[in-house]
Amino acid sequence: MMLAANMFVGPAIDWMKISPLLVMLGGVLLLILGGSLTPQWKKGAYGIVGALTAAGAAVLTAMLWRDLGNGEPTTLIANALTYSKFSLFATFTIAVGTLLAIFVTSGFLVREGEDGPEVFALILSASIGGMVMVQANDLIVMFLGLETLSLAFYLLTASSRSRTASGEAGLKYFVLGGFASAFFLYGVALVFGATGSTNIDKIATSLSANTVLGGSSTMLLAGIALLLVGFGFKVSLVPFHTWTADVYQGAPTPITALMGSVGKTAAFVALIRVFTGALGNRSDDWGPVVVVLAVLTLVVGSVLAVVQTDVKRMLAFSSISHAGFILVGLAAASKINSSDAGLGSSNALGYLFIYSILVVGTLAVVTIVAGKGDAETSLDAFKGLGKSHPVLAMGMTVLLLAQAGVPLTSGFVAKFGIIRAAVSTESYVLAVVAMLAAVIAAFLYLRIMVSMWLSESESTREISISMISRLAMLLCVAGTLAIGMFPSLLLQFTNQL
Amino acid sequence: MSIPILTLLVLVPLFGAAAISFLAKTNEALVKNVALVSSIATGLLSVWMLIKFPTGSAGFEFVSKHSWVSEWGISWHLGVDGISLFLVVLTGILFPLVIVGIDPHHDHKQYMVWMLVLEAGVMGSFLSLDLFLFFVFFEIVLVPMYFLIGNWGYDQRVYAATKFFIYTMAGSAFMLVGIVATAFLARRDIGHLSFDLIEIAEKSDFAIGTGRWLFVGFVIAFAVKVPLFPLHTWLPDAHTQAPTGGSVILAGVLLKMGTYGMLRFGVYLFPEAAVWAKPVLLTLAVIGIIYGAIAATMQKDLKRLVAYSSVAHLGFIVLGTFALTNQAITGGVMQMVNHGVSTGALFLMVGMIYERRHTRVIAELKGIQAVAPIFAGFFTLVMLSSIGLPGLNGFVGEFLVLIGSFATARWWVVAATTGVILAALYLLWAYQRVFHGEPDEANKSFTEITKREAMLLSVFVAAIVFTGVYPKPMLNRIEPSVKSLLEHVESHSNYKQPEIKAGE
Repeated sequence: MMLAANMFVGPAIDWMKISPLLVMLGGVLLLILGGSLTPQWKKGAYGIVGALTAAGAAVLTAMLWRDLGNGEPTTLIANALTYSKFSLFATFTIAVGTLLAIFVTSGFLVREGEDGPEVFALILSASIGGMVMVQANDLIVMFLGLETLSLAFYLLTASSRSRTASGEAGLKYFVLGGFASAFFLYGVALVFGATGSTNIDKIATSLSANTVLGGSSTMLLAGIALLLVGFGFKVSLVPFHTWTADVYQGAPTPITALMGSVGKTAAFVALIRVFTGALGNRSDDWGPVVVVLAVLTLVVGSVLAVVQTDVKRMLAFSSISHAGFILVGLAAASKINSSDAGLGSSNALGYLFIYSILVVGTLAVVTIVAGKGDAETSLDAFKGLGKSHPVLAMGMTVLLLAQAGVPLTSGFVAKFGIIRAAVSTESYVLAVVAMLAAVIAAFLYLRIMVSMWLSESESTREISISMISRLAMLLCVAGTLAIGMFPSLLLQFTNQL
Repeated sequence: MSIPILTLLVLVPLFGAAAISFLAKTNEALVKNVALVSSIATGLLSVWMLIKFPTGSAGFEFVSKHSWVSEWGISWHLGVDGISLFLVVLTGILFPLVIVGIDPHHDHKQYMVWMLVLEAGVMGSFLSLDLFLFFVFFEIVLVPMYFLIGNWGYDQRVYAATKFFIYTMAGSAFMLVGIVATAFLARRDIGHLSFDLIEIAEKSDFAIGTGRWLFVGFVIAFAVKVPLFPLHTWLPDAHTQAPTGGSVILAGVLLKMGTYGMLRFGVYLFPEAAVWAKPVLLTLAVIGIIYGAIAATMQKDLKRLVAYSSVAHLGFIVLGTFALTNQAITGGVMQMVNHGVSTGALFLMVGMIYERRHTRVIAELKGIQAVAPIFAGFFTLVMLSSIGLPGLNGFVGEFLVLIGSFATARWWVVAATTGVILAALYLLWAYQRVFHGEPDEANKSFTEITKREAMLLSVFVAAIVFTGVYPKPMLNRIEPSVKSLLEHVESHSNYKQPEIKAGE
């Protein structure tokens, strides 16, 4: 049969509501086309275009949030995307993370003499992938987002031409990441087989009607398990975390920052969306697994972080420990019978927002300290920083204390939110385990602080700090302290999720 | 409109710290002056508050309450009652003394910033009437103390500082979960989420099992801070490695945050659980008293000896707290202040010895009395106060604790009393070894106390003698609050205080 062209009716598209995505796409095209058709731009100009794009997306998202008001969540483009406060806040988080990471990258590339449009175009592409993931209302759309994000990340990881470690990390990430994507896709297929749809809402409806196609739950459970493995890899939960340290260490430092903020946020929000949105009805099945994964991730991440000697590796393991903390939020959200289950996902998102800022700020300092060639990331490189660069060291101290969850920093607000969600759903033991893991992890941040403040420097390396890196760090520290001292700045938004 | 005096007590040192951080590093004189001005201003404010405090009042005075995080029902709620009154004053006075009396060896600017931040944190802990706010202050204190030990301490400073930080943070982990759970569970009784101490204590009614679990969460954090045996192992290291100023503050006020917390948050929020946990806590306290004393006897390092004596003294305070009688708790509160004064002074003097001799090893010190009689005189007096000689402050508190506990915890008291004897043993023995005899070559050059040091110590001695001879003004202000706390305990549990027929 032949399809006449006029038989196909495109879905109605509310262009305004997907404007953040469109702006990002415009930025990518501008950088790729404009960059390749014109001679080398002025130093840092590519970065400025990238930053303006991300900032534009953030502003548009904020405006959409205001427009939505107390309106009901809807879907866009024939149920492909959701449009809710949750998805908008996640999009905003990704835009902010991208913006901050672009600042760091710009300073980095100029220092390395590798300034060009490609990296920024890839960063923006990764963010588009992330935004699609957090907005997706369909598992296939989510997979598209995931692949866009992942492919951009593989390239970005390998983008440092002067360091072989970068290429090696990129390859490792690519092979293992491909595996994880396959797991995810297989999971989607099985869930489709069991419920007859890939649409998140329809899966939920199908499951609440309590009908599993074929009569047996085996296929559904296998699908859930495979999805969890796929996501577990992307957000680096133990035991799917083994790639994290190598990739975080090998990737150019600003890209590590991007992975920690945008990558983690996108994958986690997608995980929360799928498990609470589509599979919420089956939380009795996956809830206990999530609890076990959370405990494992918290403990293993924290303990392994302590024994590292390279700061980037340390932060890789600390990011695993943070992932465990966020997973505690999902564990709370799995208690669907509790009236406070919603606290789990909203506080997890709040945690992701705060962590995005922290991790970019921390890695901005690491980028600066690593020096030209991006090589000096051992703990020794931080020795004596308190004496030679007190302001830089002070900023780093604030960020590290925040990661440790010390009060009056945003990190405490983040942890408090998660603990509150856990306690409200009566997961007291999990809350205590999470806090104790945070104490173990605190030891790691103290080690970096000891290096900076309490050890004498052995080398007389010159550290250059560009204006743009300074700005990135300043923004991160200011945000960390502002949210720490006035948590309402953030809570007034996350409370609406 | 009255002046928000309690808010100022927290903010003035913070302003000082902020101002100093903008000063040039090289201008040490100006840095010190700013630190002095802000700490003295805080001290004066605390004294003014003491004068204005209405004697006989049992409730919270000078209360200031503002919403802070409305989404979570958290407020900036400060208040002071008889239990916290003298701890606040002690904090207010101790800090300027430490700042004026002890100069750091390097980095004046950073040192002073951390000192003032520490002061704000300690003040906040003693004044907070909101669980969240309390936790913020309780925890934030770790940061300045960590840097003070780590940056200006002795050889093992990094190890000691890290141990201190991790130990205390681990304890706090339980308390944080406890705080959140308390607020969450109390929501049913109150009707909305609130972290307000008074609201929760007066309106909530926890199930017996729940209350006990929550109590345990809180008490673990406080037991680390006190420190209660067997969680005390961070203390000798932290004390020994800290710079003199840090040790004085640590012993003087920081440890009291633990015992104070037990009273204010443990007993007040969970009266039934406090009665239930009494035997265990009393036993640990008595073990601490005896163990601390024996360990102190065995020390070769003078500073470590004083540190272990702290473990013993704090044991007395915990004993008084959980004996749950008016007299015992009043004695315990009094002992918190007394210990701050006498042990603070002891650490100060050990610091002076170290400045002169560059050693704290008892075996290397000898015959100091012969070359520095005035210094020895000061030391004797402070030591006797620490032992608990009648007529000095230590006696009043310790005696009240023992006599008040006798009715409810007889056998514990019997065991604890041996601690008093042991205290005399380890301190007098140490004194004999350090001060008596003929000074050898190295100790001959031990210089006599300077004018500045003498003036500094005089303040401590004045407090020691005044409270020892005339404790009544202090007791009059502490007692009403203690009484009302115990009435709260009695009305919320089956516990009844034994009536003691006064034989006046």
